[in-house]
Amino acid sequence: MLQGSVIVLCSFAYLGALFAIAYYGDKRADAGRSIIANPYIYALSMAVYCTTWTYYGSVGRAASSGIGFLPIYLGPTLVAALWWFVLLKIVRISKANRITSIADFIASRYGKSHLLGGLVTVIAVIGVIPYIALQLKAVSNSFIILLNYPAIVMPQRADTAPIWQDSTLYVAAILAAFTILFGTRHLDATERHEGMVAAIAFESLTKLVAFTAVGLFVTYGIYAGFGDIFDRAREVPSLRQLMGMDGSGPNYGNWASLTFLSMLAIMLLPRQFQIAVVENVNENHVRKAIWLFPLYLLLINIFVLPIAVGGLLRFPGGSVDADTFVLTLPMAHEQEALALFVFIGGLSAGTGMVIVETIALSTMVCNDLVMPLLLRQRWLGLQRWSDLSGLLLGIRRGAIAAILLLGYIYFRVAGEAYALVGIGLISFAAVAQFGPAFFGGMFWKGGTRAGALAGLCAGFLVWGYTLLLPSFAKSGWLPAGFMEHGLLGIDLLKPHQLFGLTGMDEITHCLFWSMLANIGCYIGVSLSRRPSALETGQATLFVDVFRPTSGAAGPSFWRGTARIDDLLPLLGRFLGPQRVRSAMEHYGRQRGVASVRELVADADLVHYAETLLAGAVGSASARVMVASVVKEEPLGLDEVMNILDEASQVRAYSRKLEQKSRELEEASRELRAANERLRELDRMKDDFMSSVTHELRTPLTSIRAFSEILLDNGDMSLAERRHFLSIITKETERLTRLVNEVLDMAKLESGKAEWRDTQVDMRQVIDESIASTGQLFRDKSVRLETRLPGSAPPILADRDRLIQVMLNLLSNAVKFVEPHRGVVIVRMSYGGGQLRVDVEDNGPGIAADDQQRIFEKFRQSGESLTNKPQGTGLGLPISRQIVEHYGGHLWVESHPGAGAAFSFTLPLEDAYTASPDAAAATNA
Amino acid sequence: MNQSWLTGQRLVGAFLLGCALLNFPLLQLFVTWREVLGIPMLFVYIFCVWAALIVLMAAVIELRGDSR
Repeated sequence: MLQGSVIVLCSFAYLGALFAIAYYGDKRADAGRSIIANPYIYALSMAVYCTTWTYYGSVGRAASSGIGFLPIYLGPTLVAALWWFVLLKIVRISKANRITSIADFIASRYGKSHLLGGLVTVIAVIGVIPYIALQLKAVSNSFIILLNYPAIVMPQRADTAPIWQDSTLYVAAILAAFTILFGTRHLDATERHEGMVAAIAFESLTKLVAFTAVGLFVTYGIYAGFGDIFDRAREVPSLRQLMGMDGSGPNYGNWASLTFLSMLAIMLLPRQFQIAVVENVNENHVRKAIWLFPLYLLLINIFVLPIAVGGLLRFPGGSVDADTFVLTLPMAHEQEALALFVFIGGLSAGTGMVIVETIALSTMVCNDLVMPLLLRQRWLGLQRWSDLSGLLLGIRRGAIAAILLLGYIYFRVAGEAYALVGIGLISFAAVAQFGPAFFGGMFWKGGTRAGALAGLCAGFLVWGYTLLLPSFAKSGWLPAGFMEHGLLGIDLLKPHQLFGLTGMDEITHCLFWSMLANIGCYIGVSLSRRPSALETGQATLFVDVFRPTSGAAGPSFWRGTARIDDLLPLLGRFLGPQRVRSAMEHYGRQRGVASVRELVADADLVHYAETLLAGAVGSASARVMVASVVKEEPLGLDEVMNILDEASQVRAYSRKLEQKSRELEEASRELRAANERLRELDRMKDDFMSSVTHELRTPLTSIRAFSEILLDNGDMSLAERRHFLSIITKETERLTRLVNEVLDMAKLESGKAEWRDTQVDMRQVIDESIASTGQLFRDKSVRLETRLPGSAPPILADRDRLIQVMLNLLSNAVKFVEPHRGVVIVRMSYGGGQLRVDVEDNGPGIAADDQQRIFEKFRQSGESLTNKPQGTGLGLPISRQIVEHYGGHLWVESHPGAGAAFSFTLPLEDAYTASPDAAAATNA
Repeated sequence: MNQSWLTGQRLVGAFLLGCALLNFPLLQLFVTWREVLGIPMLFVYIFCVWAALIVLMAAVIELRGDSR
């Protein structure tokens, strides 16, 4: 038996634990060691999205619409993928401008407009208060149900009991006290609420564990797993239809519009903005939350259908409200502890939502509604108060209490009525109206204040008429006549069939008309007038937040005169003198100024002061406050445009500069490469010179030596003299040949060689070359074989040059083969547009390393120090030059020990390129 | 192209993929009598796509340094 006192005790113990966590979190934050600075806490705290409406309500929705509850969670999952671009941008904008709430965000974007901030606040309060009422109802109902344990009794209608017996009132009061303690503990109103975030993360964990516990109990404790539950459901006709087992799909129109609606809600609900943007510690946490948060949603939804089906099987006939299955199923199976745990889980879902939502709303009410009004009342003399931070906290606390009171009143009035049951979606549809102004403002510079106002008003009015008023009518507070016959009896104005549009459910219907009106007015009115200077400036700050700018703070849209002695006291009144001093010292350090006294009150400082103040009172009020102590010369639109132009010129200029420097780098790299090449060529020239002189010196030395011997020894025999003279002659010949070749080479390389091109028959060239070198072969007893075709197509070339190539190859071959055993084979073939000649020998072959080197000047195969060089070392390079001059190739294939084959190709004249047969025919 | 921009684009791709998979008419393909382990096909399909999307997003984000 669960005593009421046990439940209350456990509830307070839980709330106490929450408070302890929050207290610890704040302490750690003060000490600079934040416990919430990790992406897991961030993602968990985002799960404040899942309220009691999820915790109890999902099962209720599933029991009436099957999988129709899922879009509410699929939407956020999908939109999370866009956070990389969208949420990161919101966070960056909000940090740069010290945005305190979604109302502040929209107001700031459209020229720091009081009116817009106020309107957003009013819409948010009207839209969200019923949602808070729902939380109160859920908590108090679950308490009453648990109190009757083990009997399962549905709670009485709330309005039948006297107010002092209504547990909801006490729940509301406790929550108000709690939120005030949580959310406004700090005297300074600007800091983030680290303790609160830690507590919310803990609450998210609690509700997930509690819900999963029930899910596991129902699925595996009561039934034998998922399959078993669905098997049993199949036997009940109504359940078969519900689960789509009869082949009917979900209502797709509704499915798509709920997905879209929840996509907007996850970004635009005041509590989500508070947690995801205002309380964000580090942008990197957003990146991880993109998949962590959807994972949480997936986990908390796995057991919804099994619980719903289990509940419908256990409590047929609707005696028990499906919204309470999560709690009543464990109770029906006498699981006392589990039921208590479920209640605590529901409590955490409810309190989490109420705490964050009321903190967010109270900030909006204070900064965007009450403070602007108070500041306008000159008779209050707020401008002269020495410390306003107490007043700010007072307003916020009052707002928290008032919001919860309103929530309670709404609950009391609405009771079990329809207006409460469908409220989750009605709330979503209300905040969805912020969408066009919010996202439009982030990505489109053209949106104006008037456009945003018109869009919001139109959307809100349509929402009120098509969704809120009908819900009132269904609750019996309004005559139902206008539902049936339209306003003033005009058929076209039926709230659920506006202008005769039928075939949609009410949410889709409302979403369509309100978005049409909202977006239409926003764009239409925005385009109809030029934006003001301030709007243009703010638009740039928001839309281009990621653009790198030249200065630290981007373009400055302020001009005027200010005195630091005026600014500091103003800030001090809202933030406390101590905090202002340390903030200013920080600012001074960044700019390299030693003391606060030396700061110059320029545009940057005024902007900094205004942003600092915006963190406490919102951007619109901050602007008014700062304007009251500085003398601002208003900038005209043209001037703002000039500043923007200038900024974009600076950007363009810097881009150009970057490009130039890239080009410069490229050019200098090319220059380095060219220089390198030049050095290489220089080195090659030096090598060439030293090779040439070396080659010249060898014959010269022997000529000189033998000449001296002849000169000194007059009595030398004739035979000896003849011998020496023949050596001298041979060496002189070699010298002449060398000089000729060097000259030849130089001519070829410089392109000054003379080419006497005629039609040449390559066979004749080969025959002639063989004839000239015949003596060499005979001297060494080397066999020469030829494998030549009967005829060859003529080629256009210098006959003498080709003979030079052939002679060189043949003399090389005979030079390197062994006497008596050597064989040299000359082959010729043609085809494929070219003529090919091979000269093969069976000499020692050429090492792979040498195969390229031998085509360099003065390089010869083999070790030149040990082997006496044979030839000048210019033959092959010259041959290659000649062959390449005619567009051919000269190369060598060889394996050491297996001989070498020098081959060259020459292109044939066009007429002879077809095929050997055709060529032969032409030749004949 | 910078890596962050590329990651963002991949995520937009995941978003579009999810929108297509979890909507009419693809959902209608799974509205059948058939079951997987006794669980209605549509239920299994939605949760599998959901889980796969999360894995995809996690992979895109957590492996973004290596996938250049």
